[in-house]
Amino acid sequence: MAFLSTPASNVSLAGRGRPLKEHLFRIALLSSLAIAMVFLGVLLVYVVTQGWPRLDLNLLQNFPSLRTVNAATAGVLSGIMGTIWVVALTALMALPTGILAAVYLEEYADNTKWYNRLLELNIANLAAVPSIVYGILGLGVISRGFGLGPSVITGAITLSLLVLPIVIISSREAIKAVPPSIREGSLALGATQWQTIWRQVLPASVPGIATGSILALSRAIGEAAPFLLLGAATLVRFNPDGLSSSFSVLPVQIYNLITNSRPEVQVVGAAAIVILLVILLLMNSVAIWLRNRYQKRW
Amino acid sequence: MAAQHRATAPGTGRSLARSRPRYGETVIKTLLLAATLVSILTTVGIIYSLVEPTIEFFQAVRVAEFFGSLDWGPLIKPPTFGVWPIVVATLEITVIAVVVAVPLGLAAAIYLSEYAKPRVRRFFKPVLEILAGVPTVVFGYFALTFVTPLLNDVFPFLQLEAKNALAAGLLVGIMIIPIVASLSEDAMAAVPNGLREGSFALGASKMLTSVRVVVPAAFSGIVAAVILAVSRAAGETMIVAVAGGFKSIFTFDPTSEMATMAAFIAQAGAGDLSTGSIPYKTIFAVGSLLFVITFVMNWFSARMVQKYREVYD
Repeated sequence: MAFLSTPASNVSLAGRGRPLKEHLFRIALLSSLAIAMVFLGVLLVYVVTQGWPRLDLNLLQNFPSLRTVNAATAGVLSGIMGTIWVVALTALMALPTGILAAVYLEEYADNTKWYNRLLELNIANLAAVPSIVYGILGLGVISRGFGLGPSVITGAITLSLLVLPIVIISSREAIKAVPPSIREGSLALGATQWQTIWRQVLPASVPGIATGSILALSRAIGEAAPFLLLGAATLVRFNPDGLSSSFSVLPVQIYNLITNSRPEVQVVGAAAIVILLVILLLMNSVAIWLRNRYQKRW
Repeated sequence: MAAQHRATAPGTGRSLARSRPRYGETVIKTLLLAATLVSILTTVGIIYSLVEPTIEFFQAVRVAEFFGSLDWGPLIKPPTFGVWPIVVATLEITVIAVVVAVPLGLAAAIYLSEYAKPRVRRFFKPVLEILAGVPTVVFGYFALTFVTPLLNDVFPFLQLEAKNALAAGLLVGIMIIPIVASLSEDAMAAVPNGLREGSFALGASKMLTSVRVVVPAAFSGIVAAVILAVSRAAGETMIVAVAGGFKSIFTFDPTSEMATMAAFIAQAGAGDLSTGSIPYKTIFAVGSLLFVITFVMNWFSARMVQKYREVYD
């Protein structure tokens, strides 16, 4: 390269190294990612140091209390149990519905029809509706309209509707990634459309669907806003014992604890945040591992 | 389809059309459609839950007062219903968030799409995903107990109140970085390589190609990402409820405490309001306003993406 020159002149055609501007641009881009990473690191370290004095078994075994005398032993048991109830029910309701809807939209729906495009637009829209508006839906229709009250089942239905668009969108991506040749091969061998979906398309897209489902559920675990409207705001001091039981969830208890004016109570909130983040980080790592380990490159 | 029914297996008179209707397949298809229709029911449910109490609200409160007055205090006596203070607070926090998130998110997207090697990508993508997965109540705690005191130490002249719009807005901005970054990156990844190669062939550097070719080609997708992020910021509740506060005074000063629309809904909804009361209906009126604002933005964003997808597919 260095020997090339334009004919009849000595102007070199080789670049003279990379100009400074290029380097600066690249560093600026990289530093944006570095900022995000440093922020995440500082956040994690800060929360752990704040919650450290109360990261003990009492936190997992006892009910919450806003009284200073109890601050050394108070826990978030009812929040953890409430979250387990609500998120388990959400998984039971939202995951099958969402995956079935994704199968319909990817495998059956004719994209040239206006109503199918409307369905898609509607789902994209729902995915971006603020979560507090789902709280209003839960309060106005499910809790007071259907008369289910501020109960576990109200919370679970509301949360299911909230994560449903996320499950649909991520499952669709996973199904879309299966190449058409797999379907054509199966159909050519005489399988019906459903047999093709059930025996070829779905097994091939399981890792993607699982990854999306885990991420959707981790969103559900961290959600607090809708529950503020569903009566979960008070500091519940008992575990839910059924679908119609009143309840609280971990993020709402955290909200109550950290907005309390007494520092001893805030520490319990910080410790509860650590628990919440550990659960979410575990779920995220499983999702990322699943994706890297099992996702096929066709 | 008609031609298929007449086709026969060679040498025999047997029709090649399906021998009997597949009822099972039809049932399954109906079931799948039913699952999809849940999403329509959700939208109908949201609109239904909002419309009726909102109409009742405006029967009790004049529209002119709602949109014409600068005093907001539906939960105190005597109640006032001028919605502008919480709209302005929402706007202000959204603007702060966008100022933080758009440059950082876009830069991250350009880096991941144009510069990063696969190994580097595999490292940074999970970082953004984990950032996206942090519950917003945690960001609120961080804004309230870490960022606000830090800002007060570093910039004492700001004199931030304990709860303030600045720290809340900054954290809302951090929250929406992953949305801007991942959606913009998708848009840039969809730009065909031919455009890049053409640019390189004309002697453009990597920076010029990124800034003058890839970003403009992906522009509608980037705009859609930003609009979606803005709508997320406008509807964010927990960060502003924890770190932005509930005081609603008409002000543009970001160092002071201010309640956004979502924060008001959270505050009023968390209290035990009786079903028929005007404060209870106020939740729905504000909810309607928030829903309409975010709905218009989301719809616009989704249309941009749909339109954009047709270009290179």
